[in-house]
Amino acid sequence: MNFPEEFKYTEDHEWVLIEDDVVTIGITDFAQDQLGDIVFVELPEVGDSLEVGKSFGVVESVKAVSDVYAPVSGEVVEVNEELPDDPEVLNTSPYDDGWMIKLKLADTAALDALMDVATYQKFVEKD
Amino acid sequence: MISTAGRGLVLDENLLFEKSQPGRVGYSITGLDVPEVFPESRLIREEIESFPELSEVDVVRHYTRLSTWNYGVDSGFYPLGSCTMKYNPKVNEAAARFPGFADIHPQTPELLNQGALELMYNLQRDLEEVSGFPAMTLQPAAGAQGEFAGMLMIRAWHEANGQKRHKVIIPDTAHGTNPASAALCGYEVITVASDGVLSKEAVAAVMDDDVAALMVTNPNTLGLFESDIRAICELVHERGGLVYADGANLNALMGISRPGDIGIDVMHFNLHKTFSTPHGGGGPGSGPVGVVEKLEPFLPVPVVIKDDDVYKLEYNRPKSIGRLKSFYGHFSILVRAYSYILSMGGEGLKRATELAVLNANYIRARLEGEYDLPNKQRSLHEVVFSEDSLQNDCHTLDVAKRLIDYGYHPPTIYFPLVVHGALMIEPTETESKQMIDEFCDALLAIAEEAKTAPELLKQAPVRAKVKRLDEATAARKPILRWSQE
Repeated sequence: MNFPEEFKYTEDHEWVLIEDDVVTIGITDFAQDQLGDIVFVELPEVGDSLEVGKSFGVVESVKAVSDVYAPVSGEVVEVNEELPDDPEVLNTSPYDDGWMIKLKLADTAALDALMDVATYQKFVEKD
Repeated sequence: MISTAGRGLVLDENLLFEKSQPGRVGYSITGLDVPEVFPESRLIREEIESFPELSEVDVVRHYTRLSTWNYGVDSGFYPLGSCTMKYNPKVNEAAARFPGFADIHPQTPELLNQGALELMYNLQRDLEEVSGFPAMTLQPAAGAQGEFAGMLMIRAWHEANGQKRHKVIIPDTAHGTNPASAALCGYEVITVASDGVLSKEAVAAVMDDDVAALMVTNPNTLGLFESDIRAICELVHERGGLVYADGANLNALMGISRPGDIGIDVMHFNLHKTFSTPHGGGGPGSGPVGVVEKLEPFLPVPVVIKDDDVYKLEYNRPKSIGRLKSFYGHFSILVRAYSYILSMGGEGLKRATELAVLNANYIRARLEGEYDLPNKQRSLHEVVFSEDSLQNDCHTLDVAKRLIDYGYHPPTIYFPLVVHGALMIEPTETESKQMIDEFCDALLAIAEEAKTAPELLKQAPVRAKVKRLDEATAARKPILRWSQE
């Protein structure tokens, strides 16, 4: 299983790419593997403001429906518009074409709570 | 002996559109003997050309063949966890077909339908006795509407007390519909993790003065009794909240433990689960709701009351949350449930519960060595295994599909989410030891196949009418309409 070095990770199996005050968010390879074939994705709208820990979208696979939680607070500045029409991209390319949203950070302090790749890898093995 | 699913005269069947023959009709109508009148042109459909043209026998055979593909509790074992697919005794059907019940018009004056009202009144009292609640509504159409009604009453009670609370706590082992019901009533859902059973400490960590209610399912979706429930109810009450119980798993408690006695404030029943009325496509369901005394004024209208010796529908209830359902709920389902209660009797209902629990624990004991059991607490009416002990990259889905080859409806899979690859088995009390043994033999054979011949699982089902379906493509690119091309 592949976990890129440059990302931060959450216990809810999301990845976060930090570029100045904008973060890109998606779900990890582990998450897509556990969910199985993903058939439906619901994303927020540009301009929505998200609060850390609150659900911002839905990922549905043939097995289950799961909420996706905001790893940090901020305002949605871009969403992957193609994802809802092609949800299988989350399975085939969770880190590139499968990105979900871009968020303008309200507060950079929340970033400290995220895991680095080594910590996340250990977390996944334990899970 | 392990049985397998047979495949004799399982007939294929095309769509009605594909069977259509130009000019074929079901009935020959006699010649016109009144003046001809044409409807207005705006009422005439243009696109009717591809409408199927068929004879009566074409249509009868079509639907009869489709019906032979169906599988239900009348065909075989149906161990769908969390759904209580118990056998529905035919005596219930006989009672529901009594002309006095079956032919009654819902707008018949009260004095002319006293028998129907008496049945509803008595059923309310019986459900009160089973649950320990002093008041009841029979209106909700099924479980989820029962939850909705219960949460509306909770909200109305808080508002009547001048309070506006915003949150509802729901453990991760509650029924899947609970968060939706809370959200539909405008509440924010706070999920709380449980370790098999919910602890008082876990609730205390999130309980505050903005929490309107805790929604629990007891026993929970792991089939485990919430052993801290009394202390948890006290804690929620101390902070001004109420406790909603999802009664979907009442089949584990009926006649033994009464939710109303242990601090629950509201609970819905699923008559189509616990009280043996038809289920799924055979429905409709019915989801009566019982409440404690302080919530009684908020019950939906109408409520069936007894005034001297006359039964009446009471509408004048100023605090009521209003009407939830046309007329009086699914009345003929109420007849079936009442028939079940009378034919079982109090001791019989208790015995049903004991056997439901015994059957689940027997399955647990027979399968525990081969299937991983993540939660070791004592099971009640259902048992949940994980996929962790399956060999050769076989998964829960493969086991479920292979069970079809052995002639069983698969159990609930991948729910609850807290178990990795959950396989959730609920046999109910209506299965014999022989049937349960055959089912366990099949599951043990499948675990063995996973070790020695995993392709049997991966390819399954091979004996069913259709082979493994591509569920992902069906969900991603569904074809929902027939078209000529």
